[in-house]
Amino acid sequence: MSSSCFVRLVALCGFLIIGAAHAEQSLDTIIIDAGYDKQTKIAIVPFRQGPEFSKEQPMAEIVSFDLARSGQFAPTNPDNMLSRPTTNTEVFFRDWRVLGVEYLVIGRTGVDSLGNLKVDYHLYDVFNEREMLSDSITTTRNKWRDAAHKVADEVFEAVTGIPGAFSTRIIYVLAMNAGSPDATYRLEMADADGERARTLFDSKEPILSASWSPDGKQVAYVSFETGRPAIVLQNVATGARELLTQFSGINSSPVFSPDGTRLAMVLSRDGNPEIYVMNLADRSLRRVTRNQVIDTEPSWDQDGRSLIYTSDRGGRPQIYRQDLTNNFVERLTFQGDYNARARMLPDGKHLIFVHRNNGIFHIAWQDLERDDVRVLTRTSLDESPSLAPNGSMLIYATQDQGRGILAVVSIDGRVKYRLPSSSGDVREPAWSPFLDTL
Amino acid sequence: MTVQWLRSLLVTLFATAVLAGCQSTAPEPSQPAPEPTRTPDTTPAPAPTAAPEAFDENLNPYVPGTTRLLSRTFYFDYDQALIQPDDLAALEMHGTVLRNNIEVSVLIEGHCDERGTREYNLALGERRAEEIRKYLVSIGVSPQQIEVVSYGEERPEDPEHNEAAWARNRRAILIYR
Repeated sequence: MSSSCFVRLVALCGFLIIGAAHAEQSLDTIIIDAGYDKQTKIAIVPFRQGPEFSKEQPMAEIVSFDLARSGQFAPTNPDNMLSRPTTNTEVFFRDWRVLGVEYLVIGRTGVDSLGNLKVDYHLYDVFNEREMLSDSITTTRNKWRDAAHKVADEVFEAVTGIPGAFSTRIIYVLAMNAGSPDATYRLEMADADGERARTLFDSKEPILSASWSPDGKQVAYVSFETGRPAIVLQNVATGARELLTQFSGINSSPVFSPDGTRLAMVLSRDGNPEIYVMNLADRSLRRVTRNQVIDTEPSWDQDGRSLIYTSDRGGRPQIYRQDLTNNFVERLTFQGDYNARARMLPDGKHLIFVHRNNGIFHIAWQDLERDDVRVLTRTSLDESPSLAPNGSMLIYATQDQGRGILAVVSIDGRVKYRLPSSSGDVREPAWSPFLDTL
Repeated sequence: MTVQWLRSLLVTLFATAVLAGCQSTAPEPSQPAPEPTRTPDTTPAPAPTAAPEAFDENLNPYVPGTTRLLSRTFYFDYDQALIQPDDLAALEMHGTVLRNNIEVSVLIEGHCDERGTREYNLALGERRAEEIRKYLVSIGVSPQQIEVVSYGEERPEDPEHNEAAWARNRRAILIYR
């Protein structure tokens, strides 16, 4: 190899490294660890992809990966397909029956007369030789991935009866060199599959406890940018930020009420951490707890009438529910000596929370009627569980080879996948509500 | 740290001005500040008069009457916020320093190891810092001289994930200002 060639190679490597530094924002490719034993066989035929979109990831690939990640579907490898229909008339059900495929998805993408992206797609029930769904999506051309996730949502709901949550986003904190003088903390927002991450806010000081408003337009979080914890409200679209509370002591754990009018939070301005509810219209505060112990990590029940929170009033952290009308308090967890940061499932009958068992922290699920506790995760130092808006999965923070990463587990503990990150520690995830992404 | 050194110089100048009955409060802004040199811990601060033996150039307190720096970090057991009996003597000396130097204040930072939830740890870190604040007040330090902030598990001293790192991270730190 000549020396000039070597120089060129080095220059190319340098270029690639710079490219990688720019791309480091997105999380790495998801690793699926576990799914259901019996998965629904579905074939997503490569869509006819307009030449305008030749640089995009094939849409059928995005749809397939969404469905595979749910743990409920086993998409057919395109190499094994006997035919590759893209229109209704090209579909021969016998080609799919012989492969044992139960459902078939075909589609076409192109540009309409106004220059918009148009996606036409169909879903078929192979055994009954029946079209289940025929729909089209029209949106701006930069929403290629959003359109793909929308197709996955519709297919998922048509087959399972549960709304898909693939068109959602996650926010999380990416910490670099935490604790050292050159530490940086970034609040990031990415698609639910970890793609297209962007920074909402970055700071030299810690950021934690990010949560979404129920309309998905705002996020609330805790920032130490002033040298003290403050609760910040930020508009996702405009980036406009407001320091909402800056009382002396702790200002933390902001969580929106289901109707978005109130924000539960923790303030220690009166001496020790207490739960408060702020009315967002007039910024008035109502104090919910009053004692000398730690009360923290509030969240709302499904109708916004009660708060669930962590308290060590019994000596150890346990989860309590307080009715906001009559202030009646009941303890919800009794198994183990550390149960914290609970979230109520949309059915109002089940909790997910952080549970310590033999010194190890896991995410657990509890049936409130039967007091039945099930540990969902097997990783370590698991924390910050956040539910998908369809209630079927939860995202949480864990450790993998000494590094903070995000992982997802289904509510029954059977489906598991990880979202690794090639840089920094990723933590404090919050799954968005259903969003209108198109 | 230049800022802390300048602040200690300002404190000294202010104290000198008050002692001299001088009406002017702030030093000339154009007055060139001497080069802040990092002196070994055992050398007394170069600042003149006032109470030169109480702090080093970074406003770290000396053990009263000596040139040895006073320990400013106090460690806690897992899940606990109780002050270790061995630390009471050092805290007693911090009390003496603060009572003798009412113009300085102290920020008490509370920290936790990474085990447990972040928000509960934020509260636990505050509880640790509060225990020290209460002790200092109980021995006669003015509450106005003390501020408390908890970082929970967000600022580990040691980023490793083992018992030794966790023990180093469960701490409260006194920062004079």
